[in-house]
Amino acid sequence: MQIKLEQLEKTYQTQGSTSVHAVNNISLTIPSNTIYGIIGKSGAGKSSLVRLISLLEKPDSGAVYYNNKRVDNLSEKELIQQRREIGMIFQNFNLLSSRTAAKNIAYPLEICNTPKEEISDRVAELLDLVGLSDRADAPISTLSGGQKQRIAIARALAHNPAILFCDEATSALDPQTTRSILQLLRDIQKKMNLTVVMITHQMEVVRDACEQVAVLNEGEVVEIGSVEDLFSHPKSKVTNEFLAHLTENAEGLVRWSSEGGQYILRFIGAKTGEPVLSHMAKKFDVEYNIRAGGIQHLPGDDIGTMVIDIAGTSAECQRALDYLKENGVIVEEAFKTEGA
Amino acid sequence: MDWNQLILLVGTATWQTLVMVFWSTMFSLLLGLPLGILLCTADPLSGIKPRPALFQIVTRVVNVLRSFPFIILMILLFPLSRILIGTSIGTTATIVPLSIAAAPFVARVIETALKEVDPGVVQAARAMGSTNSQLIWKVLIPEAMPSLVAGITLTIINLIGYSAMAGAIGGGGLGDLAIRYGYQRFRTDVMIASVIVILVMVEIVQVCGTKLSDRLIAKR
Repeated sequence: MQIKLEQLEKTYQTQGSTSVHAVNNISLTIPSNTIYGIIGKSGAGKSSLVRLISLLEKPDSGAVYYNNKRVDNLSEKELIQQRREIGMIFQNFNLLSSRTAAKNIAYPLEICNTPKEEISDRVAELLDLVGLSDRADAPISTLSGGQKQRIAIARALAHNPAILFCDEATSALDPQTTRSILQLLRDIQKKMNLTVVMITHQMEVVRDACEQVAVLNEGEVVEIGSVEDLFSHPKSKVTNEFLAHLTENAEGLVRWSSEGGQYILRFIGAKTGEPVLSHMAKKFDVEYNIRAGGIQHLPGDDIGTMVIDIAGTSAECQRALDYLKENGVIVEEAFKTEGA
Repeated sequence: MDWNQLILLVGTATWQTLVMVFWSTMFSLLLGLPLGILLCTADPLSGIKPRPALFQIVTRVVNVLRSFPFIILMILLFPLSRILIGTSIGTTATIVPLSIAAAPFVARVIETALKEVDPGVVQAARAMGSTNSQLIWKVLIPEAMPSLVAGITLTIINLIGYSAMAGAIGGGGLGDLAIRYGYQRFRTDVMIASVIVILVMVEIVQVCGTKLSDRLIAKR
């Protein structure tokens, strides 16, 4: 299902007379049958935005469309019906502790008065889908974080939704579990032709799972594009910060030394293999020193990243850099995160 | 000391106390449960269906009723007993003021228990398309069950105490016995027996309540 947001606005009144402009004129189109990332730092308005898109709250102004059907102005009764056609998972799993794993998955079916036999068949099917058939009768507290999120995913998919919202779904999980949950989400997205909206503050999640992404900052969309574009041509300061953070996190990027690193070079796809750097050193009177390097595997393409210093006269350095750019390498002045 | 007489006296009074406590627990739950649910769901800040005006009215009424000393409340409610039961004296008549006195307490106990439920869980259930009544009966109450059981235990123990006080104004039961025989007729044996029975009752209720609440938690 395609989701379209038109000029959404939401302001929250806080204690006293101050207010927070959480969602500021956001217009977005989330295409059908894809995994769409919405990334932002905490306080960027992600959670407010997802509450508006998932119909938990109404925007102050603007509109939300599911497949060209306006859904933000439905009556309470219609809203409840519409919510039954979307699935949602959360950072804290939000499972019912009074129910077993299987009974949690049964909940969304129960509230639609689904016949008992149908419920037990569907629950068994879903438990199988998330690979937890053996834990059907386990109390929630005995499950691990990853298992809880799997049960939550099964619960969210119980009534075959067309949209799945993931609100920081992997933020409480360790890196390994995060990868397995993202893998599961990718698999079921394909299997069920879902539109998945991933709200996250982790660039790793966007890199590993999403096809397209919107970057949020202070309630506004600052950048939209495919994940490869975002990684190869980050435009906004916030995106650069996220990428720098990812680089610092050393996932796929190995740093030789902690100091230095004047320029960040990005090699996309085929360019990853060419010896442009050594050509540069031969052609111009400069020397280079590699500080860090690595390859980011994206769902569509690979991106090589290298952090280097270039030594030489400034004119010669500039010519060398121009040469790199001519050869399709993306050159950035290293972005220093505050305090780094 | 006449054992037969003592057993008869204490036995009858114990039965009366049990009847009073049982029915007043039932009625106070009947009155307090909807009020407690209302206080939780209508809360202007955290409720699933905020109704600020109604919330303010109910919360004020509950506060006023709770701040009355029980003995005064009982006297004030005598006319109501007369209308409902036909008399204001005796075990049955005492159930009316006991229930009404305990209802606001029950309302607060239930409100507190329901508000302890993780708001994230409620949000998730809402996102799945639960109606408000489904949220109350399938999410809030089952999730809060251990605290609800603990709260109801506390209510029963309070009502045992209240019912003893009700004895002072002709309500029957163990409190009545302790005052009329133990205090006014200097029957120390009756006094001691009454106190022991009340003590045992409180102890049994507390132990059972704690066990039940613990078992509910352990199953999670």
